[in-house]
Amino acid sequence: MRAMYLAFAAIAVIAVGAWYGLNEAGFSSAERSSGDAVRLD
Amino acid sequence: MIRILLLTLALSLGLPAGLTAQETPPDPDRSATGGAQTLEDILRRQQGLPIDDRFRRDATGDPSVAAPSTDQLGTLGGASDPELWRALRYGTADVTASTSTPGATLLMQDSGAAWLEFREGPLRTWGGYAVLGMLGLLILFRLLRGKIMIEAGPAGTTIERFKPIERFSHWLLAGSFILLAITGLIVIFGRNGLIDWIGKDAYANLAQVSKWVHNNVAWAFMLALILVFVLWVLRNLPHYRDLVWLAKAGGLFSKHSHPPAGKFNAGQKLIFWSVILLGVSVSASGLALLFPFELPMFAKTFVALNQIGAPGWIGMDPLPEQLTPHAEMQLAQAWHGIVAFAMIVIIIAHIYIGSVGMEGAFDAMGDGQVDLNWAKEHHSLWVEEVQADAKAAPKGATPAE
Repeated sequence: MRAMYLAFAAIAVIAVGAWYGLNEAGFSSAERSSGDAVRLD
Repeated sequence: MIRILLLTLALSLGLPAGLTAQETPPDPDRSATGGAQTLEDILRRQQGLPIDDRFRRDATGDPSVAAPSTDQLGTLGGASDPELWRALRYGTADVTASTSTPGATLLMQDSGAAWLEFREGPLRTWGGYAVLGMLGLLILFRLLRGKIMIEAGPAGTTIERFKPIERFSHWLLAGSFILLAITGLIVIFGRNGLIDWIGKDAYANLAQVSKWVHNNVAWAFMLALILVFVLWVLRNLPHYRDLVWLAKAGGLFSKHSHPPAGKFNAGQKLIFWSVILLGVSVSASGLALLFPFELPMFAKTFVALNQIGAPGWIGMDPLPEQLTPHAEMQLAQAWHGIVAFAMIVIIIAHIYIGSVGMEGAFDAMGDGQVDLNWAKEHHSLWVEEVQADAKAAPKGATPAE
């Protein structure tokens, strides 16, 4: 069953990694949909 | 079936370009109204029939020939207010927006209401019935057939069926799919289902969590799909003996029938290819939803379908090859839902037969070791192959089990 538990842990790691990575890479909805005139910070 | 759904969807999403050619009266006589809409136009619209609306669609003003603003009937910019509003209505106005999404400059689009009706109507209704129908069939199957036991009884010795990397990939796919299915169902059955039960406040939190899980777990699903494809594609290539297995329905409906099968029987191959093909499709539409307006793919797909004449196979006119950014997103969402429901229905059956429906089946993905008699009954050719390999292995090599 270890492979199953590892896979479930991997799902959590990938999900958090995707969320953090995409936001850090500028793929948040706010950044993708705002024009140059918008200050998000 | 999928093709029919696609074409039904295209029709239901208010993409009437193909229909108008057939049903719109050619060059209606509007002399009585000075070129404006006629009583017939109004009556046709009330009946839900398409009308030739070029008389106002195209009447958006032309500054190059308009009277100067100093004239009595002149307008600022060379277009009157009605002309400006018509341009906005039909998406031809020159709009500047501070947001950078492609859809931002299209203020009005026609397909939204049809999409919403499809999402809240046929998609949820048919999808829900399909899921419940499969659950009902499995209950019926259980009642009629009972749990499928190892006919010869457990052998007590085991054989390695799946290596750790195979089981890891399977569970990565399975775990992510179950999370995606549950959160997807929460989203689609939320407004007209869950809110009635748990209230708006609780649903707001649930929807927020579901959206986060759905958007981010999707990457695990896509990775697992690639892993599973690479690991198992060669073992899932069609073989003539699959026809024998299918002809006997894999022995699922009779207690003494065990058609020969390799590592994967024909039923498992069907599951594999369903998961791969539908998984790729649901991933593609999912990516289009994850990155709104950035990955339009339906107009291109419709062009390809038109080129091979697919709509004509079921008597339809060509599909529209020009879609608004919004229509692209609506089609992506609708298609995502259709494919997801199809996958859920298939996987429910897979989960049943791989767990409580068949003695010894779960072990294959549990610890990877299956009972020898189970393996002989369900994958006889594969067992012969493994045993032949073990005999041929050099002395000193560690046996599989």
